[in-house]
Amino acid sequence: MNVLEAQNISVERGGRRVVRALSAALEPGTMTAICGPNGAGKSSLLLALAGLLPTAEGAVSLGQRALESYPAAERARKVGYLPQGADVAWDVSVESLVALGRHPHGDARGAGRDAIATALAATQMEAFRSRPVSQLSGGEKARALLARVLAGEPDWILADEPLAALDLAHQLRLIGHLRSRADAGQGVVIVLHDLALAMNHADRVLVLDEGALAADGAPEEALDPAVVSRVWGVEARWLGEQGARALVARG
Amino acid sequence: MSRASLIFAGLLALLLPLSLLAGRVWIDPFAGTPSAPNATLILVELRLPRALLAVAIGAGLGAAGAAMQGYLRNPLADPGLFGIAPTAALGAVASFWVGGLLPPALAAWSLPAFALMGAGLAMALLTLIAGRSLSDGASGSGGGIALFTLAGLMIASLAGALTALAITMAPNAFALSQIVLWLNGAITDRSWNEVWIAAPLVIVGIGVLVVAARSLDALTLGEEAALSLGVDPQRLLWLLIAGVGLTVGASVAVAGIIGFVGLIVPHLVRPLTDRLPSSLIGPSALAGACLVLIADSAVRVLPLVTELRLGIALSLIGAPFFLWLLLKMRRGDMS
Repeated sequence: MNVLEAQNISVERGGRRVVRALSAALEPGTMTAICGPNGAGKSSLLLALAGLLPTAEGAVSLGQRALESYPAAERARKVGYLPQGADVAWDVSVESLVALGRHPHGDARGAGRDAIATALAATQMEAFRSRPVSQLSGGEKARALLARVLAGEPDWILADEPLAALDLAHQLRLIGHLRSRADAGQGVVIVLHDLALAMNHADRVLVLDEGALAADGAPEEALDPAVVSRVWGVEARWLGEQGARALVARG
Repeated sequence: MSRASLIFAGLLALLLPLSLLAGRVWIDPFAGTPSAPNATLILVELRLPRALLAVAIGAGLGAAGAAMQGYLRNPLADPGLFGIAPTAALGAVASFWVGGLLPPALAAWSLPAFALMGAGLAMALLTLIAGRSLSDGASGSGGGIALFTLAGLMIASLAGALTALAITMAPNAFALSQIVLWLNGAITDRSWNEVWIAAPLVIVGIGVLVVAARSLDALTLGEEAALSLGVDPQRLLWLLIAGVGLTVGASVAVAGIIGFVGLIVPHLVRPLTDRLPSSLIGPSALAGACLVLIADSAVRVLPLVTELRLGIALSLIGAPFFLWLLLKMRRGDMS
């Protein structure tokens, strides 16, 4: 199967080691959240898992094969990456934007049209297809950008803080879209700042602290108050029952 | 063919014959007998090469502008940013120094040859820098493109300074005025020779840019996203250096510095397309051809004592347009 695996990887950026000796095997069909304080190396880990940042040590493999050895287009067809922020240089229509996801397939105007339509439908963006991105709200834009990744029909969807800057309703909606991709058998990895969202929606949580893995497991254990206290330096308590938890923290 | 391509191809088909008729001597196509003495000579040996040269230069600059704006993800980018045009100009200015030493048969070719060598030098330098600035292109750290553009700007200002030095040290007053005049850009008194020099290079250059177009589209989403879509940043940059170098180098070699075309044209075309760089390059080539053809026909028929230089004319149109563009951007309804 298409397991995405980090084998003892270290990553350096700008001469600084930002991910240290980290190992994790991620299963398709699950949603994994990467959590940690600012500067813990979450984005760098995600980039390395996407094959976009070379590892200084260790290797990332996809389906038992080193991700580095994949030709760029083949890797791009298997691993979709959604960067942080909503950076679109030109005021293109939603449909043109989503069609960019077919770039590694090179069939945006042919066989890929079905995938584009499916992606628009999955994110409930069909009604917006001819609207310029400048006229979308933040939530609509985030969905359009997610649809761009979905249009590539990757086995893995790696998203860096896709919920940042979204209001509550849009956060739930977008994470619902990602959840349904995981339930459909794709692998989903998201960097999340909001621990409650990770607690309630992820199947597995990787907690990073200064580039190293501080906890790894089901949300209830990985985000245990003891871990939160150790990593974030905050006394915190989970309220509610499993699946509908809220975090109360005191500095 | 896209809607924008059709519009500008139609416009070009209309403008080309008109431009052949316009000039100091107007040629009436409906007169039974030639309306002017030597009408055929004027048409075939003077106006046709001049019009084709305008088309080639405009097409090259328009396509290069569209590609540059796509690459830098910035509607204010211009093909001059890589420093290819100033370096080609420096080469041309150098030819004013050595041209006199060459046998007359070669002297006619020395200016375009030196300008092309200048463009080639800039391209070689840029390729060297590209290898370094993007060597960690997969590091996801971004900024590779910005770094590279800064390097291009440095090449441009170095070439500009050397050109200014060459002007102040001109061997004599005549050479000085020749250089200054040439730098202003014009396609007056050009022959088929210049067409044969420029047209093939421009065609190849536009072809290279078209090959790069799909990668430029992916760049719409940013450097990291483009990388994740399988774009090879090194290959893209090489294609861009080659494409912009060939089109801009060729146009400087035969016409001097023609500004503003590469900056303006993509803005005229963009509203007619889906705004992705790939939909822009072809129509921008056609629109650039139209613009330079119009401007060159206009300078021919303006009732001035000496013909207005094409480069000056285009800047006269270009600067106010650019100002309008900036004001429009402030209102936020840009691109």
